[in-house]
Amino acid sequence: MAESKPRPKIKKEAESMPKQKPEERRKNFNEVATGYTEEQAKSEASRCLQCPKPQCVSGCPVEICIPDFIRLFKEEKYEEAIAKIKEKNSLPAICGRVCPQEEQCQKSCILGKIGEPVSIGRLERWLADWERDRGKTKIPEKPAPTGKKVAIVGAGPAGLTVAADLAKLGHKVVIYEALHVPGGVLVYGIPEFRLPKRIVQAEADYIQKLGAELNLGYLVGRVYTIPELLRQKGFDAVFIGTGAGLPAFLGVPGENLGGIYSSNEFLIRVNLMKAYAFPIYDTPIRIGKHVVVIGGGNVAMDSARSALRLGAEEVCIVYRRSREEMPARREEIENAEEEGIICKFLANPIRFFGDEKGWVKAMECVCMELGPPDESGRRRPVPVKGSEFIMDTDTVIVAVGRTPNPIIQSTTEGLAVTKWGTIVTDENGKTNIEGVYAGGDIVTGEATVISAMGAGKKAAKTIHEYLTKK
Amino acid sequence: MYKILAKKELAPKIKFLEVHAPEIAEKACPGQFIMLMVGETGERVPLTLAGYDVKKGTISFAFNEVGKTTKLLGCLNEGDCISSITGPLGKPSETRNFGRVLCIGGGVMIAPMLLQAKALAEAGNSLTTVIGARTKDLLFFEEEMKCLSSEFHVATDDGSKGFTGLDFLKEILEKEKFDRCIAYGPVVMMKNVSEMTKPHGIPTIVTLTPIMIDGMGMCGVCRVTVGGKLKFGCVDGPEFDGHNVNFDELVNRQRMFLPEERLSSFIWEIQGRCACGGKQA
Repeated sequence: MAESKPRPKIKKEAESMPKQKPEERRKNFNEVATGYTEEQAKSEASRCLQCPKPQCVSGCPVEICIPDFIRLFKEEKYEEAIAKIKEKNSLPAICGRVCPQEEQCQKSCILGKIGEPVSIGRLERWLADWERDRGKTKIPEKPAPTGKKVAIVGAGPAGLTVAADLAKLGHKVVIYEALHVPGGVLVYGIPEFRLPKRIVQAEADYIQKLGAELNLGYLVGRVYTIPELLRQKGFDAVFIGTGAGLPAFLGVPGENLGGIYSSNEFLIRVNLMKAYAFPIYDTPIRIGKHVVVIGGGNVAMDSARSALRLGAEEVCIVYRRSREEMPARREEIENAEEEGIICKFLANPIRFFGDEKGWVKAMECVCMELGPPDESGRRRPVPVKGSEFIMDTDTVIVAVGRTPNPIIQSTTEGLAVTKWGTIVTDENGKTNIEGVYAGGDIVTGEATVISAMGAGKKAAKTIHEYLTKK
Repeated sequence: MYKILAKKELAPKIKFLEVHAPEIAEKACPGQFIMLMVGETGERVPLTLAGYDVKKGTISFAFNEVGKTTKLLGCLNEGDCISSITGPLGKPSETRNFGRVLCIGGGVMIAPMLLQAKALAEAGNSLTTVIGARTKDLLFFEEEMKCLSSEFHVATDDGSKGFTGLDFLKEILEKEKFDRCIAYGPVVMMKNVSEMTKPHGIPTIVTLTPIMIDGMGMCGVCRVTVGGKLKFGCVDGPEFDGHNVNFDELVNRQRMFLPEERLSSFIWEIQGRCACGGKQA
């Protein structure tokens, strides 16, 4: 069939991401996805249609001008392309790796209707890595100081975003981080093989180069409280980004036996304290032969894949609903299964049994079936009577959620808090106390890195407006 | 970085450091602890505060050289720096006027007990104090404790000084009335004391030192069962009602990584990695 106008042929499939082979990567902590080559990145960028009314931008919580950066990419103006991203996002190497793009920018890409959407995240990652690897990270010119001082509580994705945005506007920014390294969940939660820690360090360094001051090992609430920072330490505003860092437990008998870790403990040992390199690093971890991970989210996947890399013979994920309800990213479930992790659906632990040394040796589960939907919209799992069974295990990782950290709430008089312990803010991140703002998991409960950054972006804007009027 | 301003050896392998940390000193209270890291590859360990001085801007703590981290720490000298200290952590002790208080400090925990006893004495309490150790060489702060107390006793496991073991307390508890008891020491000691005070209905506070990593409620490794409920040693404690603590579970959880801890310490010893060759300073 002849067409009136010749149209360029569109490649329906995206360039696939080069990865370490499953049989290799399950033995090391190196990054699984090794990143596009320049040729692959160019080829992928060429797929972008440069829509006059781009849908992708509205899907991005930090509103990166996606078509613009891809256009610059196509023109091989890499420096300008990464600068375009950094206008909106100060952590591109991180977001390019851990954002759920399939749910955000790429979800509304028009190419998705005829084939695969443009791999926006992979291009973002390529540019960020290109800039960092060349060691020529550009620092924007510093604006004139405004004379205003802002304290940021927590150096996770939300806090770092606020810090970057406010520093770029000329405000004096001081970050207080309770742990001994910056990054929050990026360093204690997400494993090295998904997000190398040197990348987090590089992005945190970049934010310091923008002018932000970083204080480590400083627990606001136990040292100075928020009211003290405002009244005695001369801060004009405070942003709280303390995250959802407290582990939830199952509350079943035997849960305190040896060999049963919360996913937080397990991942903190492995990621933050680098227990995979014990005894070069002093923090130990013990992995048995038969590891069971309870839960179906990204944290469960991260825990299971880490356990495998630490030498477990068999790793089984036990989830109380079915595959369809799993909250983990599809990509992560696929990665886990490729590596040989087994998923057992519709089962829930009801007790743990220990050996004579107080170490876990088995777990009793009950089978579940799906009833009518609950308030989350997912079908509620209901125990099936008489379906109990025993699983042998010597290491259990409980990954059933994390809750907000209560230290700030309990030391900031009058701060409005929900019954779940999260901080109440308006849509712009403003709390009920003047000059106090919050964002990220401490407001929403456990969510994603990019949504925390989106909240940080909004809060930074609100804080800037407040400081300008003040 | 936190500079060491003073170092003392309280007893063989028990060291005491005074460190410059003005902001922690300003906020510290008896009963609280710090998380400390020696170097970038180190582990994070909790240590109970044994003192603080707002004017000098210092905090102090004592430790027993048992594992790699404490041995490394013991090799540091005045003028050296500790890479990371976070604190003050945990809930402060209650130090109001209770009336008559029985204070028992065992082993390295005699040091934080002295801080506690000072605060209780200042609040107007009348103190009966006991310090205990395995053997007489491991006792310290005798004079300091004695001058705060209306009654003072020493006990050792081997009977080399004072009473043998803590059984003598039973008699004291029969004869005298106490409004409160505070026991800081090894788990077995705190368990025994709690069992002895329970029949007399004396509220008994113990301080728990489970394994911790972050010390701020994040990891949950410090979980303990108190009155049948799950509690975190770091944020709900470290002090708890001794009559309700499941001590056996705590002992089990404290021993979870014993083989790894021994390995770590052994490797360090044979490598002789610190300046003094792994020996005492």
